[in-house]
Amino acid sequence: MIRVGKHIVQDLMRNRFILAYTGLLLILSVSMFSLDSDPGKATLSLLNLVLMVVPLVSIIFTTIYFFNSYEFIELLLSQPINRKVVFFSEVVSLSAALGMAFMIGVGLPLLILNPGGATGYMILAGLLLTWVFVSLAFVAALSTRDKAKGIGLTLLFWFYFELIYDGFLLYIIYAFSDYPLEKVTLTLTALNPVDLARILILLKLDISALMGYTGAFYQNFFGSSQGVLVVGVLLILWAVAPVLLAWRKFSRKDI
Amino acid sequence: MITVRGLYKKFGKLEALSNLYLDFEKGKSYAVIGPNGSGKTTLIKSILGLVIPDTGQLQCEGTSILNHWHYREKIGYMPQFATFPNHLKVGQLMEMMKDLRPGHYVLDEELIQAYQLSDISNKRFYTLSGGTRQKVSAALAFLFSPPILILDEPTAGLDPYAVEILKSKILNERTSEKLFMITSHIMSELEELTSEVAYLESGKLRYAGSIEDLKSSTRQARLGKAIVAMLQGQTEGTTA
Repeated sequence: MIRVGKHIVQDLMRNRFILAYTGLLLILSVSMFSLDSDPGKATLSLLNLVLMVVPLVSIIFTTIYFFNSYEFIELLLSQPINRKVVFFSEVVSLSAALGMAFMIGVGLPLLILNPGGATGYMILAGLLLTWVFVSLAFVAALSTRDKAKGIGLTLLFWFYFELIYDGFLLYIIYAFSDYPLEKVTLTLTALNPVDLARILILLKLDISALMGYTGAFYQNFFGSSQGVLVVGVLLILWAVAPVLLAWRKFSRKDI
Repeated sequence: MITVRGLYKKFGKLEALSNLYLDFEKGKSYAVIGPNGSGKTTLIKSILGLVIPDTGQLQCEGTSILNHWHYREKIGYMPQFATFPNHLKVGQLMEMMKDLRPGHYVLDEELIQAYQLSDISNKRFYTLSGGTRQKVSAALAFLFSPPILILDEPTAGLDPYAVEILKSKILNERTSEKLFMITSHIMSELEELTSEVAYLESGKLRYAGSIEDLKSSTRQARLGKAIVAMLQGQTEGTTA
């Protein structure tokens, strides 16, 4: 596994995209801190980067990379190498490379320029979101043989979790506003990794007071260390479950 | 060495392999022939575990190969279309393959020398022509001195000089310890290189046996003619 992973990481490094992505994140995070004298506000601006850009890049890059390394995978599979090792090396290497890019591009500036506060949660949420979207990308890439369709599917995933799902959620809240919905919305947010990450960070940014009664309810739940643990476990599940689904597809795939 | 028992594979509605029974024995050299789309490559890819059959048994030296991978240590494979990671250099690929197959192998670098591949070890694959890639692919199949060699249309795309090198390499390697499985559409070439023939059509086996037997039973001197005569004989036999 390490042997195969080593060659995949080498291949990723030759790609230079990861390097460019790291640089872009680094420039964005540093410039946000230099534009705003209040590090708390800068952190809030970074929130959108973490919640929108990081998932988008993670999911699209992984899908494109997977389709482009099809020859490499075919070559590996005709050698005495376990299919499982090939697949999980791909997953782990991509997760590690994109996670590393996030840590250097966003994590490091945050730790230096705004230690404490929501920084720890922001890094945790960003890392977990990266892994969630990497594993969703494998599901998309293994659902079709066509590269364009695969990328289309990843965009659909991204739009669904970033926009469409929240639209549904708002509609439900609006339509059933006469009923106590706290527990329902709490459950529904668990079905969207982006919402989970958003709530986790927002509650640490001291603006939850603006969110009214529901905000208070969330604060009560997510504010406790138990709540944070639940969110963390849910996000890890969101990263693991799609990978297992993708493995089922890959193990039966005709190369 | 390799036994195929009731192999069945469907791609969508297309039956690529239909209830195939075949034996490949050590020390023999097999020509797998048939029209385009008859299932030759699907058979080869099933043996390599690249294609997962729907039903049926595949065994390599008595043990099932489904969901196993160790048996591939014994196989050298030259695919029909040589595809390599584009931005990799030829030398890097060779090093990587050696790294990925740890263990004690007798490295056979004869083809690397014959094709002068060390001269292009700094070139990236996207700069190489199809024929040169095919040479790398051939060299790679023989590199670890495997006892089983599966060559899917090995000479397609190679220049005549390179073809002769490959042919003489195959003839030199045909010992009692090795098994060759070669597909091709060039009958004269298969006549030179192989002793046995398996003829597939629409995923079904139409003939399996030695080339000599086929020639004598059809009273033909050439393999190509013998195949045609055999097919005509079979259809006459069924219509009569």
